Amino acid sequence: MATSSKTLTGKRRRGADAPIAHPGEPSPERVTRRRVVEFRDVSKLYAGDVGLDHATFSADRGEFVFLVGATGSGKSTLMRLLIKELEPTGGRIRVAGHDLAEITRRRVPYYRRNVGVVFQDFKLLANRNVYANVAYALQVTGGSRREIRAKVPDILRLTGLSTKLHNFPDQLSGGEQQRVSIARAFVNHPPLLLADEPTGNLDPETSIDIMRLLYRINRTGTTVLVATHDQAMVDKMRRRVLELDHGRIVRDEAGGSYTRDESTREFAHRMRGPSTRPPGL
Amino acid sequence: MRIGFFLREAFRAMRRNAAPTFAALATVLVTMLVLGVFIPIVQATNGAANSVRSRVLVDVYMKSNATAADEVRVRKELLAIPHVRNIQFVSKEQAFAQQSKLDPAAYKLLGANPLPDTFHVIPDRPADVLAVHNALTPPGANGQAGTIDPSIQTVSNKKNDTKKILEVTNLVTITAAALTVLLTIASILLIGNTIRLSLYARRREVEVMKLVGATDWFIRWPFVIEGIVVGAFGALLAIAVLGLAKVVLLDPLADNWTLIAAPKTISYTALVIILMGAGVVVSALGSGISLRRFLRV
Repeated sequence: MATSSKTLTGKRRRGADAPIAHPGEPSPERVTRRRVVEFRDVSKLYAGDVGLDHATFSADRGEFVFLVGATGSGKSTLMRLLIKELEPTGGRIRVAGHDLAEITRRRVPYYRRNVGVVFQDFKLLANRNVYANVAYALQVTGGSRREIRAKVPDILRLTGLSTKLHNFPDQLSGGEQQRVSIARAFVNHPPLLLADEPTGNLDPETSIDIMRLLYRINRTGTTVLVATHDQAMVDKMRRRVLELDHGRIVRDEAGGSYTRDESTREFAHRMRGPSTRPPGL
Repeated sequence: MRIGFFLREAFRAMRRNAAPTFAALATVLVTMLVLGVFIPIVQATNGAANSVRSRVLVDVYMKSNATAADEVRVRKELLAIPHVRNIQFVSKEQAFAQQSKLDPAAYKLLGANPLPDTFHVIPDRPADVLAVHNALTPPGANGQAGTIDPSIQTVSNKKNDTKKILEVTNLVTITAAALTVLLTIASILLIGNTIRLSLYARRREVEVMKLVGATDWFIRWPFVIEGIVVGAFGALLAIAVLGLAKVVLLDPLADNWTLIAAPKTISYTALVIILMGAGVVVSALGSGISLRRFLRV
């Protein structure tokens, strides 16, 4: 897989040049062709400030990518560009085959249904219970009542919320609220899931649960992009890491030493173990 | 299914945001009450002003020895004057009968009839009365005001009174119109502002809906329905209060207070329709338009 071999600006160290074997994927060659996210020379200038500076990278179907960097380095800008909340000043962004520049304002809601988003502050609808919060994402797309009745319990089981259906967000713990927001983001099975500091408000143990859930979603083939400050988490996960600094991508490192078909239980076990920094860091 | 969904959403929101909904409802209620009281008052004032103005006319008194032939000739001459809409002839006998009815004792004492034949000359518009008066009294040879016919004794001279009536009634009508406009603007702003406040409290909710991929109208419809329901309910309450006030307070008074019974006052049905329409339209538009700001995510 050659996703990390794009020309990058600034200093860069790469964990692995050689293609990584993916025993779990049925036909890696064909799957890796499917670009889910592609940034080509994308810049975003705020009034006098640089949000993103000629960023170029791409992520394929089924990839798990960490986005790291200090506050103000451009992580959130990148996320907001991806949901077309912001328009780039220059460059091209493609998501799942759509050129974002060609999506009109009217079509933006339809585009957003292809991208699940998870935030640090959960952004749940406070006046709806867990079930209704998840169902809303389907109602928005014009989903029928039967479809909702079929899909919502499924996704709530996947996220471990089956017993909390009728609770309101303020009756849930932070971890549970984040699970609801992940369930809502994933209920449409979007090709891309964005998570902006998903564990920022959570304790370490709950954070591992949330990352495990994201990993489980990732294993279904969804590309997951996680912006985080949690360096220890990034080290342990050993996934691809994009580091941003003042709007520039200064590191694009394929997190070499992990097996792609690691089960979520093995994953959780490893996450709880002592931090083992992968080579090259 | 869609409409059902939007309706359920609207009612859920109202239940969950009881306080802001109540505030909006109370605002609509109070505004509609004020409008409901004010509209009939403006109407009655205008009606009164108009009835005063319709009494603006010129009286032409005939000489006491005028004959029937004189009367026919003068009638023709009067109708030839521009801006004269109509004339009414009151013979001395009719005038005597009318007046002695008002004060029988005094007129019995008089014995003979001192009243002249009279023409009431009614101008096209109250404002034309001065022109008509001038045409009836051309300047004579000696510089004094003369008459257009030798059989005319005098033409009533109410120049000053007429002018005053016209000015005052004009002022009343303009003031009433200005107050109506101001009150309407105030109502719209007040209701719009209340709705805006309750939307502001829910802007986070709107933001989340947009992130999940809801289209603008998908978010907006429940808010508009909410506005319609709140507006209709507020207006209904206001109408109920007004109806009660009308039955309990106004109707007993109407018999002996002519201003209320004035024929030009708006009918209760029309008032109900206006208030309902205004309440619903302003609230629905207020919700839909105020939401625009929060939809720009």
